[in-house]
Amino acid sequence: MAEPKFKDVFFTPLIAKNPIAYLILGICSALAVTTKLETACVMAIAVTLVTGFSNASVSLIRNYIPNSIRIIVQMTIIASLVILVDQLLRAYFFEISKTLSVFVGLIITNCIVMGRAEGFAMKNGVKMSFIDGISNGLGYSIILIAVAFIRELFGSGKLFGVTILETVNNGGWYIPNGLLLLPPSAFFLIGLFIWLIRTIDPEQVEEN
Amino acid sequence: MKPLRSFLDRMEPHFKEGGKLEKLYPLYEMADTFLYTDGKVTLEASHIRDGLDLKRLMVTVVLALIPCIYMAMYNTGYQANVAMSELGVQEIPGWRGSVISTLGIGYDSACLLDNIVHGALYFLPVLIVCFAVGGFWEAVFSIVRKHEVNEGFLVTGMLFPLTLPPTIPLWQVALGISFGVVIGKEVFGGTGKNFLNPALTARAFLYFAYPAQITGSVWTAVDGVSKATPLGALASATPEIGLKAVTENISWSTAFLGQMPGSMGETSTLACLIGAAILIITGIGSWRIMAGVLSGAIGFSTLLWGFSAHAENVMFLMPPWWHLVLGGLAFGLVFMATDPVSASMTETGKWIYGFLIGAMTILIRVINPAFPEGIMLAILFGNVFAPLIDYFVIQANIKRRIARNEA
Repeated sequence: MAEPKFKDVFFTPLIAKNPIAYLILGICSALAVTTKLETACVMAIAVTLVTGFSNASVSLIRNYIPNSIRIIVQMTIIASLVILVDQLLRAYFFEISKTLSVFVGLIITNCIVMGRAEGFAMKNGVKMSFIDGISNGLGYSIILIAVAFIRELFGSGKLFGVTILETVNNGGWYIPNGLLLLPPSAFFLIGLFIWLIRTIDPEQVEEN
Repeated sequence: MKPLRSFLDRMEPHFKEGGKLEKLYPLYEMADTFLYTDGKVTLEASHIRDGLDLKRLMVTVVLALIPCIYMAMYNTGYQANVAMSELGVQEIPGWRGSVISTLGIGYDSACLLDNIVHGALYFLPVLIVCFAVGGFWEAVFSIVRKHEVNEGFLVTGMLFPLTLPPTIPLWQVALGISFGVVIGKEVFGGTGKNFLNPALTARAFLYFAYPAQITGSVWTAVDGVSKATPLGALASATPEIGLKAVTENISWSTAFLGQMPGSMGETSTLACLIGAAILIITGIGSWRIMAGVLSGAIGFSTLLWGFSAHAENVMFLMPPWWHLVLGGLAFGLVFMATDPVSASMTETGKWIYGFLIGAMTILIRVINPAFPEGIMLAILFGNVFAPLIDYFVIQANIKRRIARNEA
């Protein structure tokens, strides 16, 4: 197998093969943590780091992993990394860790991490695997932050907790859109993003 | 009429292929076929047995809606005028007040004209915004996708305003109908391919996005008056008051006629019945669905009513005949559930689909007092299940026929 180029490995997962918009992975956390930009950013960083380092670690020992138990080995590596991230968040960002609650732990089951470890890291070198993990994490982050931006701005009139649109309840003019605070709105937004991306790049559209 | 026809004919080349305005052909087609019967005729032996096309189908629905529209205007004005005389207010501020005084009309709740004009000043702006914004989206999509502008929109644009309270801000109407038309219908490919009723999708969007403007005390179009709908009043009543929360204010016959606070077009069961008669006689609306919803609602409400002696929830006290005349049940039953696109297609499926909606409506109303107007959610729920119901009906039919042939 030819060694993949840095440019392809780094840029394709950002938009063209975006894990959320193209592969439709990691949707659950995208619904759950995107009501506020702050939590979305922390989540994005956590997933990016976990994907990057899990890819690198899996790639490092890929030739020694017995094929029949590879999923278990990958899982162990991912779980250890996620626990590490969780402990770090609890130690240094306790408030945010409380709002993220169970969703940090659920990064273990985030399909993106597992999918990249199985789909890329098992076949490629350490450096490229690390880059692939990071860029897939970034692709996830782009959608997550875009969704959170819209949801927080129009749902509660704030960005990073700072009031941008003064809501009616606080004596302002803006009537917040309550739907954006409910999880289904993330579905609509992700759907619209997919629509947008596929309009720009018709190659992504599946054939009927 | 001749000059109009010849004007349209003169314009036609511009919109045909190669013309300057080729891209805007759907708009031309819409105007032409709206004004005149389609000029296309079959050249050879025709297999069409009936001239019923989408246009005539939708126009029939609009005709069936006229009693509801009339009641929407009358009742909105009536409720407002009654509230004004209770408050002792002589006239209303703003542009509506100046229109009424220019026309030289009063605010007498006993006068039919006063009520209708007052109500129309609330209903018509909502209707116009719906048609303008919804029509805009419809035109944009038909131009981009190069298909004809679809008349289905005419009905959506007519149904949606009827499900709204009179005090709804117009920008929310615009946002709601945009969501309904684009997300509820166009993303799936336009009329005929949507699995949800666009008008209800629009209403559900507003319901969850701006609950303050569509629930609670928004039903009377007079500042400072807060009147709950009968269902809302009962949902928030204490067990000691019980059903009196409804019966103190209105009698069953008033509720049947529709002189009570509520969404503009949904209050009058009588108007909906007239609409139902038109739809059933012309064969446009499925009587099976209507009968299904009705039996589901009556059956389930009777069942729950039977438990009323033991229940702490006051909604259990509502007898079935009250359930039928309050809230949007009648309107949803006649006009929303029967939407041919989002309902079940098979004849058996229609019964199941209708029964599911009727039972769900009562279940949501009674068990979950947070949503006293359960019909909207019940129909959307039914819409989602309609394809599955059809699938099982068809599979059952196939199995039955296989068994018959094997025997």
